Amino acid sequence: MPEIATQELRVVGFLCNWCSYGGADTAGVSRFKQPTDLRIIRVPCSGRVDPLFVVKALLNGADGVLVSGCHPRDCHYSDGNFYARRRLEMLKRLLPFLGIDERRFYYTWVSASEGARWQQTVTEFTNRIHELGPLHIKKEATP
Amino acid sequence: MYKVKADKLKEVVTNVLNDVDLVIGYKQGFDAVHATPHFITSADQIDGLVWNPLCVHNLTTYLPALKMKKIGVIVKGCDSRTIVQFIQEGLVTRENLVIIGIPCTGVISVNKVLKETSRELLEEIVFDDSGNVTAVTGKGRKTLPLAELSPDKCRTCQYPTPLVYDHLVGDPVKSDKVPEGVYADIKEFEGKTLEERMKYWEQEFDRCIRCYACRNACPMCICQDNCIAESRDPHWMTQKMTLTEKFMFHMIHALHLAGRCVECGECERVCPMGIPVNKLKKKINQEMKELFDYEPGVSLDDKPPMFMFNVDELKIKEHKI
Repeated sequence: MPEIATQELRVVGFLCNWCSYGGADTAGVSRFKQPTDLRIIRVPCSGRVDPLFVVKALLNGADGVLVSGCHPRDCHYSDGNFYARRRLEMLKRLLPFLGIDERRFYYTWVSASEGARWQQTVTEFTNRIHELGPLHIKKEATP
Repeated sequence: MYKVKADKLKEVVTNVLNDVDLVIGYKQGFDAVHATPHFITSADQIDGLVWNPLCVHNLTTYLPALKMKKIGVIVKGCDSRTIVQFIQEGLVTRENLVIIGIPCTGVISVNKVLKETSRELLEEIVFDDSGNVTAVTGKGRKTLPLAELSPDKCRTCQYPTPLVYDHLVGDPVKSDKVPEGVYADIKEFEGKTLEERMKYWEQEFDRCIRCYACRNACPMCICQDNCIAESRDPHWMTQKMTLTEKFMFHMIHALHLAGRCVECGECERVCPMGIPVNKLKKKINQEMKELFDYEPGVSLDDKPPMFMFNVDELKIKEHKI
C-alpha cells in the first residue's frame, strides 16, 4: 500500500448493504490493508442514496464522498442502482458548477466477492482526496 | 394590441366560466406597475381581468392544490410548460382543466422598471403597439423598448405560444430567439475557475435570508407543506443562519427540481435579495438535455428522466478514479 500523508482527511462512504458493504467486509476478512480515512455508512441500497446526502456531507466537512452499490443488473431490489446511476451522474456533473472538484465525488459498483477491488477503490480514492487536500467551503455567513 | 386581446380574453372567460368552478387570471394590483392573480368565480368579476406585460405570474402554481376542481387558467407560453410537466407527473387531471392560452410577446421585470426610474413612485405605465414602454413618475416620463425591460427568461424564450391549450386568444407567435442562446449564460459561467465559481456562490448565497419565497413561488415545489427544509424529522437543516444552511437549502431546491424545472423564472422573480436562483436549475436542465435528450415541459408523452431508467445507459460511462 502506498504511503499516504499523515494527516487524516474525512472521506464518507455510502455502501449498499448487499454488495459493497459485503465487499468491504470481504476485504477486511481477507486482511487487506486499507487507508483509515473512510467512514462507512451502510445503506439498504445505492438507490437509497439521495444526492443530497453527498451534498450535505461535502458542505459539512467531508473532503470526499464515495458511493458504492451492486453492479448494474445485480441489485438486490432489482432496479435501485439503475435509479442511483442517473441521480449520481447528474450530481457529478453539477458539482463543478458549484465550484467543487468533481473528483471529490466518486460512485462505483463493487460486489460482495470483490474484496480486492474494494481495497483498490478505497486506496485509490483516498489517495486522490489526499492529492486534492482538504475541501474549504466557507461556513459562516457575513454577520 | 393588449386592449384588443384583453377584450377577447374577457369574452372567452365568460364562456369558460359556465363550465368551471374557478378561472384564474390577472387583475390590476396595488399600484400602476403590478398585476396580481385574479380568482374569478362569478361573472361580475370578469370585468377586472387585464392582459398586458405586467402579467408576469405563473398562475399554474395553484393547480396541483386544486386538482379535484374544474379550473380555467390563463397561461403564457412559458406557463404552459408547467402544465405539461404537471401532466407528465400526474399532478393535475387534464380533463379538469380548461387552458386559455395567450401567445406572449414578452413581459416586463418590475425590478428593471423600478431601477430605470430610480425607484420613484410610478403613476402610470403605458404599453404601446410598437413595443415601447412609457413609465410616468412624478418627476417625468421615460420611454424604453419592452425588450430592454424584460426578465432574462424572455430574452431566450423558445415557446412564446402555449404548448397546450383549449382556447387560444390571438394568433400564434413564433420565437425569434436562437436555441443556442438558452444556455449561453451557463456556458459563460463555466469559463470561470472552480475557485471563482465557489466564491460566486458563497457571495450569492450569503445574501439569502431564508424567506423561502423561491420555494413558495415555485410551481414544481409540490411538497411545500412537508418540505424537508423545515422538517425536524428528518432534520436536514437547522434554523441557524450560517452559509452552510443557506447553501444546503438552495441545493435541496435545485436537486428536488432535477429534470423537472420548466424555467419559468418565478424563483428569481420573487427573490427579495436578487439571488440568481434559477442558474443551478438551468445547469441541471442542460445536463438532462445532454444525458437523456429531455427538456422539461415540452411534450405530453415524455417521462421525467429521474422517474425512470434504461438498463443500458447510452451516455453514462463508468468513471475511473
